[in-house]
Amino acid sequence: MIQEEKEPIISLRGIVKSYGSAEATTYALRGVDLDIKQGEFVAIMGPSGSGKSTVMNIIGGLDTFNSGEYNFGGVDIGSLSLDQKTLLRRNYIGFIFQGFNLLGKTTAIENVELPLLYRGFSAHDRSEMAMNALRSVGLEKVSHHTPGQLSGGQQQRVAIARAIVTDPFILLADEPTGNLDTVKGKEIMELLSSFNKEKGLTIVMVTHEDEMAAYASRIIRFRDGKIDNSVHTKIVQ
Amino acid sequence: MIQNAFFLALREIRRSAMRSMLTTLGIVIGIASVIAMVMLGDATTAYITQSISKLGTNMLMVIPGQERKGVPSSSLMAKKFTHNDIEAIKKEVANIRGAAPVGSTMIRAVYGNQNYSTTIEGTDNDYFIVKDWVFASGRNFSEIELRSGKAVCVIGESVKKELYKDQDPIGTSLRLENFSCEVIGLLESKGAAMFGMDQDDVIIAPIRMFQRRISGNQDISRIMLSASSAEVIESAKASTIALLQERRRIGLTQEDDFFVHDMREMVQTLSSTTKMLTILLGAVAAISLLVGGIGIMNIMLVSVTERTREIGIRLAIGALEREVLLQFLIEAVVLSSLGGIIGIALGIGVGVGTTIYFDLPLIFNTSIIFIAFLFSTCVGIIFGYFPAQKAARLNPIDALRHE
Ligand SMILES: Nc1ncnc2c1ncn2[C@@H]1O[C@H](COP(=O)(O)OP(=O)(O)O)[C@@H](O)[C@H]1O
Ligand SMILES: [Mg+2]
Repeated sequence: MIQEEKEPIISLRGIVKSYGSAEATTYALRGVDLDIKQGEFVAIMGPSGSGKSTVMNIIGGLDTFNSGEYNFGGVDIGSLSLDQKTLLRRNYIGFIFQGFNLLGKTTAIENVELPLLYRGFSAHDRSEMAMNALRSVGLEKVSHHTPGQLSGGQQQRVAIARAIVTDPFILLADEPTGNLDTVKGKEIMELLSSFNKEKGLTIVMVTHEDEMAAYASRIIRFRDGKIDNSVHTKIVQ
Repeated sequence: MIQNAFFLALREIRRSAMRSMLTTLGIVIGIASVIAMVMLGDATTAYITQSISKLGTNMLMVIPGQERKGVPSSSLMAKKFTHNDIEAIKKEVANIRGAAPVGSTMIRAVYGNQNYSTTIEGTDNDYFIVKDWVFASGRNFSEIELRSGKAVCVIGESVKKELYKDQDPIGTSLRLENFSCEVIGLLESKGAAMFGMDQDDVIIAPIRMFQRRISGNQDISRIMLSASSAEVIESAKASTIALLQERRRIGLTQEDDFFVHDMREMVQTLSSTTKMLTILLGAVAAISLLVGGIGIMNIMLVSVTERTREIGIRLAIGALEREVLLQFLIEAVVLSSLGGIIGIALGIGVGVGTTIYFDLPLIFNTSIIFIAFLFSTCVGIIFGYFPAQKAARLNPIDALRHE
């Protein structure tokens, strides 16, 4: 896929997110401006509590924000209802959670099929597509195991398969390697990197490991709920 | 969408076998107990009503004294009846099939080495007419036996069973206290025991024998009448009252010193009592329905945390609120109606079983079945659906973080 200079697919302007009442307000985000273009592989880094997960959840439409503007592919997200945001996720976004958030007692393939089910694919198409996704993360052999029967790395890969099975425009991954050792982590990164290179999948990933961030084409650093511009963000390739 | 929701709901029910089972169980117990209890209550009511009508619903019972709040209060002091009263009633009251004098007391009967305490009733042949009682074998009293007060007697089935077992009692000599009497007849079983009162547990003897050998006086403590049909009970009752007022010289301003029981009134009183029993059983059952409902509620609420996270996951990967809710609604409806159907089957099974075991009439109260079903199903749906509704309206991230 030829990379062109385009309008950013994601555009955040002055996003503020706070918790608590007037007296005891804690700010998770204190005015975040962020643009992400199609085909980019962006790594978000920063200390714990700096607002990385919060910004990912807002980008994914899973969470609301107090002020600012969020534009996704020309749509003003702040004005959408819960169901409209759901449709946006259903059709355009794959999300990999910091915890895996798989359905318990539900087999790997059933977990991966779930987004397809809500998209209205037939049972036959669902199992074929889910199997392909599982194959691409190397889990075809354990497709009928439940999360309890899978290792952490395998569960993470089920979560990845579930996020990419719908062939989304953008993949949001919150610490996808956080629970894995370096070897397993790098395997996952190779996988994500290949999706980015081969399919042109736009990826936004949170990580606190430099080794993992090195796979990204751009690194953004968060500090105290803001993007830290004092640190030069190296652009890989 | 509905198809998918069904698919997901059924899969979730199968997957959470324990939760599904407990929910269903709550509903099953609630419904089954209500149905079984009410069926039993209704059966008892019907049975008692039937038993009373076997006593003879066209029957009037005249007792001395006045009835106050269901208890004959002054019957011991009031003047008893005489043979002339009976004669007068037979002659002057129209529309009656018979009028029998009755005196009764407890007595010990001995035959061979068996002895048995029972009731002896002194009366005449009208007794059998009034009570619609047929002889199994033997005969009723002859004119001579009645007039002379001969020591003969007719026995009921229970007395025969106790004293004679399989032996034929006719012609045998039965010992009563300090004299013997010849058994001349055996009555067919009325088969109805009511409040422990067994109608077959009786020895019947001529009234004059009873007066001479047992009570020792000429008093007649009761008169039993039978109207020729249900329609003429009122007029028979009225003429009896008028006649006795005249014979006992009751002035216009005086209170009667006798009372005429109408068995229909007794049926009504008793069946209203047994209806109370049904209500009571129903109330007990309603409590178990409630307990079952609380059980369902508990299971549903306990699973809310787990399920809220599940809802969060579903919302996060693209399920609309209504899709999640439809799934939960179907789950609740399927479990509740499954429980309902099993509960109805079990309730009817237990109800019919007990009813047959106690030899009671079968009564199906469809409205109770319907109400119990509706209640439990509502509980199941409400507590399965509303927590889900609350969760499905959250930001997905809040549902995912739910503790
Ligand atoms: N539900 C919440 N209630 C209150 N404070 C929260 C909540 N979620 C996050 N925060 C706060 O917001 C800040 C940013 O959190 P987060 O985005 O999870 O950080 P990161 O992912 O970078 O570690 C933290 O200080 C955290 O304590
Ligand atoms: Mg985080």
